[in-house]
Amino acid sequence: MDITARIPQSVSRIGDALTPRFLVDADKALWPKGCERAPLWMFGMWLGPWLFLAAWGGIAAILCWGLALNQTNMNDYYGFAIWIWADLAVIALGGGAFFSGFLRYVAGKDKLKNIINYAVLIGFICYSSALLILGIDVGQPLRGWFIFWHANVHSMLTEVAFCLTCYFIVLTIEYAPLVLENRQLDRVPLFHKISHNFHEIMAVFAATGAFLSFFHQGSLGGVAGVLFGRPFAYREHIFIWPYTFFLFTWSAAAYGPCFTLLCTRIIEGITGKRLVSNDVYHLLGKIAGWMILTYFIAKTWDTVYWAMNTAPERGFHWREFYSDNAFYGVWILVVELLLGGIVPALLLVFKKTRENMFWLTVAVVLGVIGVSVNRWAMVLQVMAAPVMPFDQWALYYPSWQEVATTLLPVAYGVILISLSYRYLPVFPQERELGAGKAS
Amino acid sequence: MFPFIFEWEWDMAHYVFMGGLYYALGIVSLGVAYVVAKALIQTDQGHGHGDGHGEEHR
Repeated sequence: MDITARIPQSVSRIGDALTPRFLVDADKALWPKGCERAPLWMFGMWLGPWLFLAAWGGIAAILCWGLALNQTNMNDYYGFAIWIWADLAVIALGGGAFFSGFLRYVAGKDKLKNIINYAVLIGFICYSSALLILGIDVGQPLRGWFIFWHANVHSMLTEVAFCLTCYFIVLTIEYAPLVLENRQLDRVPLFHKISHNFHEIMAVFAATGAFLSFFHQGSLGGVAGVLFGRPFAYREHIFIWPYTFFLFTWSAAAYGPCFTLLCTRIIEGITGKRLVSNDVYHLLGKIAGWMILTYFIAKTWDTVYWAMNTAPERGFHWREFYSDNAFYGVWILVVELLLGGIVPALLLVFKKTRENMFWLTVAVVLGVIGVSVNRWAMVLQVMAAPVMPFDQWALYYPSWQEVATTLLPVAYGVILISLSYRYLPVFPQERELGAGKAS
Repeated sequence: MFPFIFEWEWDMAHYVFMGGLYYALGIVSLGVAYVVAKALIQTDQGHGHGDGHGEEHR
């Protein structure tokens, strides 16, 4: 599905004629060496709708900051709403960066060097998006530093804030050498050396990233698991950590690589090029498959234990959390555990399906849906479920401002991936695999 | 009011939380300082351009 090949020649000629020559030359000088890219006008047209979407999100963000959170549909039931779901989802999906980095630099899976740049880029986008969403959600971002200066050292969310900030710094450091490897920047000796030296000690940053990710992914799950007043979320503990702590970290490591693979499939589809070799897909797919399978077993055990012990001890039958309302049924459990759990796990574990690109793509799509549904349940279903005898289900739908600001990171992500792909050597195998096709 | 936050108290919770934060920030800062300092020295000494990790060296 090479987009450039679908443009009629007459349109191409007009586009080329309208683009100033000096801009074309300047643009071309920034492309990675030996790689072809789409004409500048076409690239501009591709970015147009995403910039529009980003502007819409920007307006909504300004409204939320300027007129306060009454612009949202959050209320006394929903102190956490779609933003926090999006936050948790992108953090889980961005887990591909820390886990791929861990596998590449600490566990020594050398093949992953061909996808690690892209995993880092996706992680950088996911975490900066998470911080952006939080910046809107807190209402007064200028007071963001309060969480450091007035740290509540008994709160899991304080730990999340610390780790998110530190890990975002780590991701920036991991992304920086890629930027410095831009064809023109790399000609500056100092930048070249900095980039080279970063690569030499990248294992230190990768290990730090894995350490930070373990704790903040876990603590995000821990926040739900310690809510003893909400039996839908509450879980038993190992020491101070509820089971959800471990399940969240595990699921991020399992499903994060699925998102990396899905994004790679998407960019290959849009550019019409092979950018990563099959053996890299197979290796990362296999690791993700086993991680999802083991996660599925642990999550199923956790769910059964919760249904048979934890919820009844607090006076609830598990069915009560999946009935008597217009939205939350058992289907959500089926989508999370079966469609987004065991199905992608088996598709990725078995060699025959893993090495078939169609089934691998199906598996990673289902995996991404599965972990997103899990985060939805652990944020929004927790808020919706009644906890008092006189309570009713409190359903919620987001305002347009919430939707727009949630789509803002999507637009930002597409724009940053597009710019990075165009100007940075994101895929080391591009020249070897693609024979000079424009994209 | 030490080390470095307003409501600091000398107890285990503060040691663990703030210790973890400073530990992570310390490693990251030292790593960046090492990289930049080494690059500055190498550039100053005029080391060649071809030993890097750029796209052509992968």
